[in-house]
Amino acid sequence: MAGVQVANVSRSFGAHKALDDVSIDFADGGFYALLGPSGSGKTTLLRQIAGFDFPDSGRITIGGESVERVPVEKRRIGMVFQNYALFPNMSVADNVAFGLSVRGEPKATIAAEVQRALDLVQLGKLGGRKPHQLSGGQRQRVALARAIVTKPRVLLLDEPLGALDKALRVDMQIELKRIQREIGITTIFVTHDQEEALTMSDRIGILRDGRLVQEGPPEEIYDRPQSEFAATFLGDANIFRGNATGSGIKLPDGTTIAASTGASVPAGARASCAVRPERIQISTGAAKADPANANTLKGQVSKRIFAGNNSTYFVERDGQTLKVIVQNTGAERLAEGQPVVLSWSPDSTVLIAA
Amino acid sequence: MADQLAIGSRRGLRPALPLLLPAYLWLTVAIFLPLSAMVFFSFMTDLPLAGKDWAFTLGNYAAFFSQSLYSTLLFASLRLGLEVTLWCVVIGYPAAYVLAKVLKGRSREAIFLLVILPFWSNGLVRIFSWAMVLREGGILDTALNAVLPFKINIDLMYSYPAVIIGLVHSYVPYMVLTCYLTLQAIDDSLIEAGRSLGASRRQVLWRVIIPLSMPGLIAGSALIFVPVVGSFMEPRILGGRTGTFYGTVIEDQFVAVFNWPLGAALSFILLAVVLIILALAAPVLRRAG
Ligand SMILES: Nc1ncnc2c1ncn2[C@@H]1O[C@H](COP(=O)(O)OP(=O)(O)OP(=O)(O)O)[C@@H](O)[C@H]1O
Ligand SMILES: [Mg+2]
Repeated sequence: MAGVQVANVSRSFGAHKALDDVSIDFADGGFYALLGPSGSGKTTLLRQIAGFDFPDSGRITIGGESVERVPVEKRRIGMVFQNYALFPNMSVADNVAFGLSVRGEPKATIAAEVQRALDLVQLGKLGGRKPHQLSGGQRQRVALARAIVTKPRVLLLDEPLGALDKALRVDMQIELKRIQREIGITTIFVTHDQEEALTMSDRIGILRDGRLVQEGPPEEIYDRPQSEFAATFLGDANIFRGNATGSGIKLPDGTTIAASTGASVPAGARASCAVRPERIQISTGAAKADPANANTLKGQVSKRIFAGNNSTYFVERDGQTLKVIVQNTGAERLAEGQPVVLSWSPDSTVLIAA
Repeated sequence: MADQLAIGSRRGLRPALPLLLPAYLWLTVAIFLPLSAMVFFSFMTDLPLAGKDWAFTLGNYAAFFSQSLYSTLLFASLRLGLEVTLWCVVIGYPAAYVLAKVLKGRSREAIFLLVILPFWSNGLVRIFSWAMVLREGGILDTALNAVLPFKINIDLMYSYPAVIIGLVHSYVPYMVLTCYLTLQAIDDSLIEAGRSLGASRRQVLWRVIIPLSMPGLIAGSALIFVPVVGSFMEPRILGGRTGTFYGTVIEDQFVAVFNWPLGAALSFILLAVVLIILALAAPVLRRAG
């Protein structure tokens, strides 16, 4: 096992900077999710680490050694491709055996290791099938077994669950996480799906236009986003823009919003505040608000979406639409068009430098 | 694909008949009728057209077995077919690989055009240009002597190698095209997957790319082997006296000796031998592909 360090890596295709001075430290044995919109450079970054493509500048080390002159086959990585890339002419067992057999391992060892890997992904009985005889989820597990059977130092996963339906996806997430824990391998996981990133990884990196926007544990990124992009890309957020006051911001209409987390911005500078929809309390104004909720705003419900265990209210206020998520506690539901008071705590408000 | 087949069989063949009719009509007129006439001729003592007497006989087929010349020539032709096919694989497969996996965009189109150009030039023109290149004092001879410090005499004309060169040049585009199509269909991520699993470029080539391009190699080989075994133009023009093969003997029966019945019988023996070879090879090739 080994950690991976990416230091100041840049890669351009023509005039387009696919990676722009990216530095990330992937800890040994950690599960790291790379998140970002389409075209943000996630695959490009994985390809640099795998050795399919080479950075214009910067350094990549695996297990402390620079891999600049190490070809793909010597890097001891395992990769699961977005389209699985199983060899169509080989059986499932031969696919999994491939990496061991090119190394020239004895036949008996190969057979035993292949069986173990297939058992690990719960496909022990399907070794004789051809890839086209498998379901999407089974193919994905074969690809995973094939990638881990060679005992790589690093596992690279490029949106491996992208093609699966929701239920299978959740099953596979749990299984993938279990396997990763079992063998304790450094894993870098590319995904489009923010929920997947939050539930599976112990660190998340968000890429945008080839730049690393923010990186850290999931709770930290969710609770203390450092940019409007990070706040809205990972989860939902209500964004207020105004001028910093030292303890929050002042909106253009004079309302102040207190914030006790996030960046420190000098008073007078432009800044914004982010509030998660589930942190806001919504009421008709009749009941007394929680005294801890120092931030209050008046508005009008424009729309309500009922989703079973919760409801999302869209509240119009001064030309801005705010989103509030309320757990279904059986309390009275608010009607569309009703005037309401929104309140939340400064602790739930993140100050972001513009 | 499987779905379409299922639908087709459920509806039966009948609705498809009007669509198939023109094709079958054409096949009947253009191939089946002349071919049956030839089968008929091959059992005759002489052509009825000339107004001479004729009778049915097995003598034309018996001639093949009674004179060892024919079987010797057939073996020579089969060997020629095998050698030309092998050379086409050796030359055509790497070219197809470069076209499909290395070149991109404009340069690919340009090279592609060069590869299929021989297809579009007249066969005779092609062969006579080789004759100009290969003969003593020809282009190859002159060029080599202009470069080399010592005098050499290249006279490949009227030799076995000349026949091979001419045939390979005529038929290599088939190999390039069939292999190009299968190589094109191989996803690049399969190659990357192989490499990420620790295989070198060479191992990926032998274990992934070549097995996956077997259908193209087999199709190309069949397209080349069969006509080369019966070829007569290249052996005659480039091979001269050494260029006597099974195909030239058949041609002689039709255009020189006017013994159509013997020519027809020899053709059908060739057809039978080729079909037997393909049938024997099929199970082996199917396993490889
Ligand atoms: N070989 C290439 N040649 C030219 N441009 C490329 C190449 N590979 C990637 N790019 C460009 O680099 C940018 C980043 O691509 P990349 O594939 O890394 O995105 P991504 O984050 O993986 O996106 P997605 O989520 O859609 O897979 C894109 O704008 C893409 O067009
Ligand atoms: Mg991608």
